[in-house]
Amino acid sequence: MFDFLSGYDLLGAFWVTVQLTLLSAAGSLVWGTLLAGMRVGPVPLMRGFGTAYVNIVRNIPLTVIILFTSLGLNQTLGVNLGSQNFDTINFRFAVLGLIAYTSAFVCEAIRSGINTVPVGQAEAARALGLSFTQVLTLVVLPQAFRSVVGPLTNVLIALTKNTTVAAAIGVAEAAFLMKSMIENEAQLLAISAVFAFGFVCLTLPTGLILGWVGKKVAVKR
Amino acid sequence: MSASVLYDAQGPRAKRRNVVYSIVFLLALAALVWWVYRGLHDKGQLDWAKWKPLLAGSESWTTYILPGLKNTLIAAALSMVIALPLGAFFGIARLSDHVWVRVPATVVVEFFRAIPVLILMIFGNALFAQYTDVSSDDRPLYAVVTGLVLYNASVLAEIVRAGILALPKGQTEAAQAIGLRKTQVMTSILLPQAVTAMLPAIVSQLVVIVKDTALGGAILTFPELLASVGPMSSYYGANTIACFTVVAVIYVVLNFALTSFASWLERRLRRGKKSTGAVLAPAAVAGTQATGAGGGDMAGGYAGKTHT
Repeated sequence: MFDFLSGYDLLGAFWVTVQLTLLSAAGSLVWGTLLAGMRVGPVPLMRGFGTAYVNIVRNIPLTVIILFTSLGLNQTLGVNLGSQNFDTINFRFAVLGLIAYTSAFVCEAIRSGINTVPVGQAEAARALGLSFTQVLTLVVLPQAFRSVVGPLTNVLIALTKNTTVAAAIGVAEAAFLMKSMIENEAQLLAISAVFAFGFVCLTLPTGLILGWVGKKVAVKR
Repeated sequence: MSASVLYDAQGPRAKRRNVVYSIVFLLALAALVWWVYRGLHDKGQLDWAKWKPLLAGSESWTTYILPGLKNTLIAAALSMVIALPLGAFFGIARLSDHVWVRVPATVVVEFFRAIPVLILMIFGNALFAQYTDVSSDDRPLYAVVTGLVLYNASVLAEIVRAGILALPKGQTEAAQAIGLRKTQVMTSILLPQAVTAMLPAIVSQLVVIVKDTALGGAILTFPELLASVGPMSSYYGANTIACFTVVAVIYVVLNFALTSFASWLERRLRRGKKSTGAVLAPAAVAGTQATGAGGGDMAGGYAGKTHT
C-alpha cells in the first residue's frame, strides 16, 4: 500500500525539518532572551528597540520574512552567509528568518514569565546590592524560565510547524517533498496521511514530554 | 509590570552609565543601519526610480498592491466566517457529556492543530484539482480557505471551550436551578457570555489568519498581497527591496490595528460592569500563536497580574 514511498527520501526530508527546528529553536531562545532583557532593562533606548522589534516582527507574516531573506538579502543584495552552495545558502537563510521571527514570541513568553516571579525576589536581590544584570540573570530569569516551559513549548510546536514555510525558498524539508510527491504520484490521501502523521509524531510528543518537564520544574508557590 | 522592580532608582552614576550604554547601543545600531544602507546603495536599490512607482505613482497600487490586498482580505474574511461556526461546534462538542461526541471532537481538534497549515493547503489544492471541477483560477483561493478553515476551526474550538470554561460555575448552576435543559443552558446562558469573553482572542486569531494567507501566495500561486511583489518588482525593474518594504508595512499596519483593537476590546471588557468578569486574553489558549503566525499579545494574559 505504501510502495509509492520508494524513491523518495521521506526520512531525509523530516530530518531537515528537525534540523531547521532545533537550530532555530536554539537561536531564537538566545536572541529572544536578549530581547526580553532589553525590554525590561533600565536603558530607554534598548527598551524602545526591543518593543519596536517585537511589534514589527510579530505582525509580519513569516512567509514575507523568509522570502525576503532569499529574494532580498540573497538575490538582490548578494549576501550568501559564507557558502556558495545554493541549498546550504537557502537552509541558512531559512534558519535566520525563523530565528528572527520566533524570537519575538520567545521574548514575549519570557517577559510574561518575569511577571510571574514574586516582587519580593527582585526586591530581596536588590537589597543585597545586586546590579540589574545580576538581579536578572541570577535571581529572576532562572525562576522565570521554570514557569514559562509551557508557553515556550507552544512556541516550539509552532516553530516546528512553521519550518514548512522554508519550502517557499526551496529548502528540501517535509512540505517541499510532499508538494513534489503529490505532483508525481496518484495516492493523494495516502501521501497526505503520511505527512500529517509525520508532523503529529513530531509535535505531540514534544507537547507531552515538555508538558511533563514543565510540571516538574515549575516553582511550587 | 513596572520595570522598576528589577533595578534601583537611578542616581547620577547610574544615569551616566545608562547614557554610555545608550551611546554604545546607538553606535552598534548605526553601524548596522550603515551596513544595510551601503549594501542597498551599492546595488542601486535606493535609487528614486525604484521607489517612485510605489511612493509617487498610483498605477502600482491599482494594478498590483490593492488587488492583492483585496484577495488577502477576502481569503481571511471567508476563512474566519466559515471557521467560526465550525469552531463553536467542535468547542461545544468537546464539552459534551457524551463520550462518543467528546472523544471524536477532541481527536479532530488535536489532529488539525498538530499539522502545519501549509500541509493542509497543499492537500486542499490537490484535493480540489483531483476530485472537483473548480476552475484552476479559483483553486488557490479554495485551497487557502480550506487549509485556514481546518486549522483555525480547531484553534477557535479551543478558544470557545476555554471561553465557556472561564465563566463562573454559578452561571451553570443557577441556570440548572431554574430548570433549563442542557441545550438551553448552553445556548441562552453560557454561549452569549462566552462570546463576549472570547472576542479579544477571536480578533487576535484574525491576525494569525491574515498572516497565514501569505503562504498561499508563496506556495500555491494565490494572487494575494505577498504574491504581488514578484510581478511588481519585475515590471518596475527589480525594485525587490522597495516592494517588500511596502508590502511588509501594509501587513504591519493591518495587523497592528487588529492587535490594538483586540487589546482595546480586552481592556474594555475587563472594565465593563455587565460581564461576569471572565475575559479570555488573546493568548490564553495554546495554539493561538501557532503556525505561520502568531498574533495577539502573548503577555496579555499576564497583564492583570501587575508587579510593582
